[in-house]
Amino acid sequence: MSRYSVFSLLRHAATGNRGWQRAWRVASPKASYDVVIIGGGGHGLATAFYLAENHGIRNVAVLEKGYIGGGNVGRNTTVIRSNYLLDGNTQFYEFSMKLWEGMSAALNFNVMFSQRGQLVTAHSADQLDTFSHRANIMRSNGIDAEILDRDAVRKLAPYLDFSDTARFPIQGAIFQGRAGTARHDAVAWGYARAASGHGVDIIEGCEVTDFLRQGDRIVGVETTRGRIGAGRVGLAVAGHTSVLAQKAGLELPIESHLLQAFVTEPVKPLVDHVVAYGADHFYLSQSDKGGLVFGGNLDGYNSYSQRGNTGVLREVCEAAIALMPNISRLRLLRHWGGIMDMTPDASPIISLTPVDGLYLNGGWCYGGFKATPASGWCFAEMLATAETPALIRGYGLGRFRSGHMIDEAGAGPFAWLQ
Amino acid sequence: MLRIDCPCCGVRDHSEFRYGGDATVERPAHDNPDLDSWYRYVYVRPNPKGLHREYWQHVLGCRQWLVVERDTVTHSIHSVSFSRRQRA
Repeated sequence: MSRYSVFSLLRHAATGNRGWQRAWRVASPKASYDVVIIGGGGHGLATAFYLAENHGIRNVAVLEKGYIGGGNVGRNTTVIRSNYLLDGNTQFYEFSMKLWEGMSAALNFNVMFSQRGQLVTAHSADQLDTFSHRANIMRSNGIDAEILDRDAVRKLAPYLDFSDTARFPIQGAIFQGRAGTARHDAVAWGYARAASGHGVDIIEGCEVTDFLRQGDRIVGVETTRGRIGAGRVGLAVAGHTSVLAQKAGLELPIESHLLQAFVTEPVKPLVDHVVAYGADHFYLSQSDKGGLVFGGNLDGYNSYSQRGNTGVLREVCEAAIALMPNISRLRLLRHWGGIMDMTPDASPIISLTPVDGLYLNGGWCYGGFKATPASGWCFAEMLATAETPALIRGYGLGRFRSGHMIDEAGAGPFAWLQ
Repeated sequence: MLRIDCPCCGVRDHSEFRYGGDATVERPAHDNPDLDSWYRYVYVRPNPKGLHREYWQHVLGCRQWLVVERDTVTHSIHSVSFSRRQRA
């Protein structure tokens, strides 16, 4: 695998750009691997990369039923932040943020990580108090956080509704300057390329249909491209976790729900930051192409359909216009949907399971993209050592039974139950 | 927009309804001391890809609780009935 650099750009430019190679090898499944990861999304690919990079385990396959970048890693709104309140989340997402900061260099792939800052608007003195609480927790964990008053928010984001007629007048905001966005496809491609460079087989168009067992232990998978043996199997198929877990005889506290995202026609630079609306569920950023990318609530009923409903479209656009009346006449270019594993406490599950040989990474609700590197890092460690890394001790499957939940619903994701 | 054929009010947009989740989950008896049954009742969901029996309440209509059989992939609705009949 040749490295990408200024020199490789110049060399290929001089030769008419005819010499570029595929970013990752086209692999056919071998008879068996040390580790098989089901799901070639961001988390699965990152796991494969860190297995090779951190643990020297290179006899690894990533099985993807569709194509790389076609699932949730290419369907999210690309927001990255680490403004979490509860122990377990705070440290995990900050670890993820640090990995994001070094990702382009680590992968030799420009993921266009842009730390443009994220602000969440506050609309009452009480809300600003809870944001101060959050900011204090963040700062005591060494994470940057600022509380802004109304004038400071106005200076940062003058396009928000500061008029006398605003439905929920902005009183302030919590701001994290290191938050931002990244190009989500590049994250998938970058991890795939780097993992493939380490010898990982990335097998697209390969759907897992069942598990192979030897006694109680899972020793491989049955796929649409034949049987593949595995020392350990890692499940990283958020959205469809229940479907595959059921084949392994595992019952989970997960419901699949549909989340939509939206993009408007491109406009000139308007929104410098990532903005989240504190009075409703709505968040927005502007892509490099100029489109305003935004999202809001779940569709609200169990779904595996990967396409959105117009009812939520209207609700999200109403929230958009309540916060930014100046975009009311923009046309919507596209809207699309992805399927989320929703857990009862809105926190993910990275866990050993009662099924021998099967390891679980799922339940990302709709906060999975920002967690991609840390999730891969920790899941790789779990697959390599068969133990739970300290950083993700709070994310075990047993927490629902024992009551040790990390129920940070205020941070974003929630199922209809929460 | 899903269209739910309410047995009381006729076909209405789903935005008139409130979702109530999986209708196959059984509540354990009130004096059941088995923690596992309560864990399963509160948290565990079969989450099927395909036909799903679920509660909807017609909050902006007759306010009846309904049991709807809906396909979670195609959203086609196979049956709608009053939940109280199912419970009886």
